[in-house]
Amino acid sequence: MVVPVSYYLTLSIALFALGVIGVLVRRNVLVIMMCIEMMLNAVNLAFIGFADYFKAVDGQMFVFFVMTVAAAEVAVGLALIVAIFRNRGTVYVDELNILKW
Amino acid sequence: MQMIFFILAGVALVSGGLVVFQRHPLRSALWLIVNFFAVAGIYLLAHAEFIAAIQIIVYAGAIMVLFLFVIMLLNLRQPEEEQRFMHLGQKVGGITLAVFTVLLLVYGVCKVVLPPGKDAPPGLGNTESIAKLLFTDYLLPFEVTSVLLLVAIVGAVVLAKSKLK
Repeated sequence: MVVPVSYYLTLSIALFALGVIGVLVRRNVLVIMMCIEMMLNAVNLAFIGFADYFKAVDGQMFVFFVMTVAAAEVAVGLALIVAIFRNRGTVYVDELNILKW
Repeated sequence: MQMIFFILAGVALVSGGLVVFQRHPLRSALWLIVNFFAVAGIYLLAHAEFIAAIQIIVYAGAIMVLFLFVIMLLNLRQPEEEQRFMHLGQKVGGITLAVFTVLLLVYGVCKVVLPPGKDAPPGLGNTESIAKLLFTDYLLPFEVTSVLLLVAIVGAVVLAKSKLK
């Protein structure tokens, strides 16, 4: 009894869409970064589903590298958020409009 | 097997929805940990034991602790009651677009007919086969990854210093 690959893909699509909704709807930049993490996680799920289907370990290697990049991204992104909060005193994206012309 | 998959998928979807629609970022972070654990269970079902372990250690352990630290460091007050209908058109448009994309992608996935997969040979997904591939075929990306992590460490320290000059 194996789980078909289309189930993995459907769950991956649904999780990715939840992340997209979070990025588009929320104002708090911390929640937006969490939703980006959730989208990366959804893509990892698709990789794992295909790795299970084709019985190849290469998909798991890509998940490994995606996780590394996600960790680096979170470290730099959170440092940026702390720096922005020190300078501007807010974490809401609609108040961070200094680059808006 | 499929029953466990459906339960874990339900947990992942519900906790993912709660991440998006919780008011306070602290609660979003805690629900995101639940989401990561459910996805790690699905990795276990897909014969990816090593990836499931590092999913829990790296994501649920390291990354979420970093998030919780920053949320508590910034010490956001309970968010003041924001106007419920602010940016309403943008929100409705975003959700509509996302749902439409889901329907399109699921339609595309359902159209592709794949033959059912074989049963797993013993040893797939364990640490040994991953390590063999990691230190032979993927050696260069592995080393580049270490440089990336070094750059991220230096960048985070420079950015988080108290005085930017």
